[in-house]
Amino acid sequence: MQRRRVLGIGFALTLAFALSGCGRETPPPPPPAPKAEAPKPPPAVTVKIGSVAPLTGPQSHLGKDNDNGAKLAIDELNAKGVMIGGAKVTFALVSEDDQADPKTGTIVAQKLVDAKVAGVIGHLNSGTTIPASKIYHDAGIVQISPSATNPKYTEQGYKSAFRVMANDVQQGKVLGEYAVARMGAKRIAIIDDRTAYGQGLADEFEKAAKAAGATIVGREYTSDKATDFRSILTSVKGKKPDLLFYGGMDAQAGPMASQMKALAVGSKFLAGDGVQSPEFIKLAGAAAEGVVASSPGVPLDKMPGGKGFTERFTAKYGQVQIYAPFAYDATMTLVEAMIKANSTDPARYLPELAKMSRQGVTGPITFDEKGDLRNGPITLYLVKDGKWSTIETVGGLAAAPAAAPAPEKPAPAAEKK
Amino acid sequence: MDIFLQQLVNGVVLGAIYALVALGYTMVYGILGLINFAHGEVVMIGAMVALTVIQLLLASGVPLPGPVVAAIGLAAAIPTCMLLGFAIERVAYRPLREAPRLAALITAIGMSIVLQNVAMIIWGRRYHSVPSLLPVTPHQFAGATITDLQIFIVLLAALIMAGLLYLVHRTRLGRAMRATSQNPEVAGLMGVNINTVISMTFIIGSALAAVAGLMVSAYYGVAHYVMGFMLGLKAFTAAVLGGIGNLGGAMLGGLLLGVIESLGAGYIGTLTGGFLGSHYQDVFAFTVLILVLVFRPSGLLGERVTERS
Repeated sequence: MQRRRVLGIGFALTLAFALSGCGRETPPPPPPAPKAEAPKPPPAVTVKIGSVAPLTGPQSHLGKDNDNGAKLAIDELNAKGVMIGGAKVTFALVSEDDQADPKTGTIVAQKLVDAKVAGVIGHLNSGTTIPASKIYHDAGIVQISPSATNPKYTEQGYKSAFRVMANDVQQGKVLGEYAVARMGAKRIAIIDDRTAYGQGLADEFEKAAKAAGATIVGREYTSDKATDFRSILTSVKGKKPDLLFYGGMDAQAGPMASQMKALAVGSKFLAGDGVQSPEFIKLAGAAAEGVVASSPGVPLDKMPGGKGFTERFTAKYGQVQIYAPFAYDATMTLVEAMIKANSTDPARYLPELAKMSRQGVTGPITFDEKGDLRNGPITLYLVKDGKWSTIETVGGLAAAPAAAPAPEKPAPAAEKK
Repeated sequence: MDIFLQQLVNGVVLGAIYALVALGYTMVYGILGLINFAHGEVVMIGAMVALTVIQLLLASGVPLPGPVVAAIGLAAAIPTCMLLGFAIERVAYRPLREAPRLAALITAIGMSIVLQNVAMIIWGRRYHSVPSLLPVTPHQFAGATITDLQIFIVLLAALIMAGLLYLVHRTRLGRAMRATSQNPEVAGLMGVNINTVISMTFIIGSALAAVAGLMVSAYYGVAHYVMGFMLGLKAFTAAVLGGIGNLGGAMLGGLLLGVIESLGAGYIGTLTGGFLGSHYQDVFAFTVLILVLVFRPSGLLGERVTERS
């Protein structure tokens, strides 16, 4: 009798655990704001800027990357000394951890609003950026996401929402057309991770691939915490696609690529910017060879300020994952709008941000009426000899001339793999 | 058909791993009537320790063949986990042996959270990639693709389970374990040192967990600090499905659960016309758990078998 009862309780607890989900660690307390120490004459002011990204969990390497990009910008600005409204301004970065979880994202957004930040750099994921953007908008705080690419983010009519990266409509279109035209895919299977980013990108990819004449033979789903893809890969294999597209992040794409190899699926593997990281190659090992992924922007070494940025960044924080230069640009752009408006009040500097036109390390930064980056270029990469190598850059203005020197012979490597 | 066979192969390999972990749950339950919720974390620690040793070995540049490196990693993980299992029992469960069952269950959960966080502090929150040490050459077999690693996992699991059955049914220690499981007080009066028997149960279960930990991380190619959590819940489900407290039941339950999950995730999309997709994979295990508890609470093989044997 006793045992039966314990079993029942155990079962109840199992359910409770299963429902509450994993990844329940509490966010670390925000680092103490550094004290402003400016020379006496001009009054010194400390202005807080929020930075939000998943600093824990499977995407923490990307989150830290974003956070460090923003930190580098803040450190450089503070070292240079910025005068706004007749006062010497010291910027303090308030870093928050959203765990890539939409619910946590809104909680930390509210925290930043309560901390009275002047602007927010973030979030990293579309799934957290979209719900959080309402909170910032309602509080009148300007938000620039370095990496959220879901189109919905800027389609909500919030004047306060900006991004410094091409969105998924643009990226999905480039990927879809590339898959059909350059990789010769006719039968395509799609897997996504059911997040705003993964699903959104997969949907746009599907549209573009269909429009280009390919058949979608299968659509499977996973989660952004899964590691076992054998069942879905097996059912994908049964549909004999010649290309598999994954909408999701590197933490899943890595094991997925190696399980594909073990199952001898034999299709080509294509993915979006969430996969185009050094981490993916580490996780996938030998199975990474021949994988193609896109990323908004031009390659780091082709960015107008890419070389200098890489040197300064790696000296302090090590290897750049994906989005650090974008987080850096987002921060610099935000502060430049403040300088132009001569105010750190979001209501005052917002108009300056909307008509901003500057040269960032990632390329020229101007926003359209929705807050999207104008003419964001998209670059395709291929894993070759354990490294991402550039195939070609699509779109963007001539403003990134170094990016497209050889459009005539870029792709054969991809097609042979 | 070849797809069906492939799903079956996937399921059997997954099931073999579930079975190894489920044995740990079932052995402890059979003797103490306690659900050791920290068992999944022991699996995780086993995987992490093995991985750390493997990475150190590879970084040291000593030219050893892959399987040897894996074996050394395992040789380090097994004693670590045995020690951990022993310590968990001494610290968290023994002082509460006379307390109400619920108290021990709560410390089990506490232990699980503590271990998870300790692992997070030691190994960080990243996904760690596990180098492929065993050849993953795919073999074609009647249309299904099987890798050396998969064959190895199933064989090793079968070997270990056979060894365990021998231990429980043919040795002095096994007899003592069975006696304690039937009635600890009487077994104690008959000269069985119950404390030793219980400690041994935890130690053996943890050794199995270490093996399962390395298997699961090598199989998926990744390891991280929450990996034991879901695996633990699934293995617990497998133990209940087979009849918790019953060794054969845990093995059968593990295999069945692996196959159910694999086939379920592979076919749900086709069967429901795309209404339910493969992201419902994890739901199958818990649906099975509910169905078993409602219709056959003692599991497929029932718990009485162990108590009589």
